[in-house]
Amino acid sequence: MELSQHWRLKQQRYSLVGEICPYCEGKIFPPRDICPDCGNEAKTTFQFNGKGEIYSFTTVRQAPAGHEENAPYTLALVRLEEGPMVAAQLTDLDDQAVEIGMPVEMVTRKLRSEGERGLLIYGYKFRPILKAA
Amino acid sequence: MRDVSIVGIGQLPVEKTTSKSLRQLGAAAVRLAMEDANVEKVDALFASNMLADELQGQKHIAALIADEANLTGIEALQVGAAMASGAAALRMAYLAVGSGEADLAVAVGVEKMSEGVAAPALAKALDVEREVADGATMITKNAELMRLYFERYKVPEDGLVNFPVTAHRNARNNPNALFYGQSVSPRSVRNSRVVYPPLRLMDCSPICDGAAAVVLAPSQEARAYSPHPVMILASSVSTDRFRVEDRANPLWLEAAHISAQKAFRLANVNREDVNLYEVHDAFSIMACLLLEAVGFAEPGQGWRLAAEKRIGLRGEIPITTMGGLKARGHPIGATGLYQTCEIVLQLTERAGKNQVRNASIAMMQSVGAAATTVLTHIFGSNVANS
Repeated sequence: MELSQHWRLKQQRYSLVGEICPYCEGKIFPPRDICPDCGNEAKTTFQFNGKGEIYSFTTVRQAPAGHEENAPYTLALVRLEEGPMVAAQLTDLDDQAVEIGMPVEMVTRKLRSEGERGLLIYGYKFRPILKAA
Repeated sequence: MRDVSIVGIGQLPVEKTTSKSLRQLGAAAVRLAMEDANVEKVDALFASNMLADELQGQKHIAALIADEANLTGIEALQVGAAMASGAAALRMAYLAVGSGEADLAVAVGVEKMSEGVAAPALAKALDVEREVADGATMITKNAELMRLYFERYKVPEDGLVNFPVTAHRNARNNPNALFYGQSVSPRSVRNSRVVYPPLRLMDCSPICDGAAAVVLAPSQEARAYSPHPVMILASSVSTDRFRVEDRANPLWLEAAHISAQKAFRLANVNREDVNLYEVHDAFSIMACLLLEAVGFAEPGQGWRLAAEKRIGLRGEIPITTMGGLKARGHPIGATGLYQTCEIVLQLTERAGKNQVRNASIAMMQSVGAAATTVLTHIFGSNVANS
């Protein structure tokens, strides 16, 4: 991906900013120009709270090029509390077993680095919700 | 639209690695199909390929193949729909002949995956800015669908094993299959390595080289070219939300459902009339979900068709009759045209040991990414129609 692509995505990538449809109030993530629910124009930004639960997942040991430093990692589909589903890596799992339905929350983490002099790319990952001590 | 029939087919044996170049492979398949149709020129050529741009650094495939096949001067265009490109080329050739724009058209698919690294190139059928950026590939997407399916419907761990087992059994008798002559036991499938849990190595179609082509002509003139033409009864295509996660129910392949329904309407046949179904079994779970989307099984029940052995050559709905993507091989851009060639053999009683009895209607689906684009084609033997 080019620098300008990362730049365009930074709001949604760093802080999970999507949209709310002014017509049907559907929450939209990632943001798009037309509401997927009602087909009207959607432009009002909406801050997602970052909470959700695991919808499905798998584990990657043989990572695709550019993601080797993260391997092994768990990829999940996360259903956000507000409705939309996002695909993301899980993090801070330690030895915790992942299961469908598990509550998770969004954190901003390094996704990958493009070599020693290249870009460091940050974005959202999800971690198990920390229980109060 | 006038009726269109297939009057020639050409398949090269699928191989792990061929010494032939991309252009040689493509042209060889074209020449074979043209010889089969007994023609020396065609009006148009539609070529499909997904990965050459990445793996060989080559674009502009259609003109490249036309040149190598000594067909310069004709219309030659490349058609793309990710892993469904082969079926997309078939559809464009069908529309060209059906509309009267061309009287003879060839659809050719070619892929050479033995050079370069295929997996990241394949992943570009997904959303590069979202899914790929998070480290997803085609395999991880299918693994997530499989996990969800197994959990939601309480499927036993070996519930999908008979998809690859059936494909391999059928590939044994197909001289063009990557796994021709090789036997693969249910045990070796069951014990194959878990690569992306819960997905096993034997749930995945292999990386390979191949090329296949067909020649199309108006049905009215088909017998001038071939003693056994096969009619294209329907061609349709539909799309779904690009990303799996944006779909209301990721286990329901809406594009496969819509394009199948449309094809049944166009062909004026019912699902019950279909004698065999060449399914896009790039992954076992994809074959299972496609059976459900088309209606051969209720949601959550597709795995039972395999587990209860109802998908074999003598079963109620034979699939992957010549090995499917799993065992014939999945040379991406060529796959839809291999499927077409195999259906022609089935509908003209030339499928040898794998012949499905009294086959007169066959259906094929080709899938781009995780069922984002799905093409459905339905074919009929002219013997049965006349």
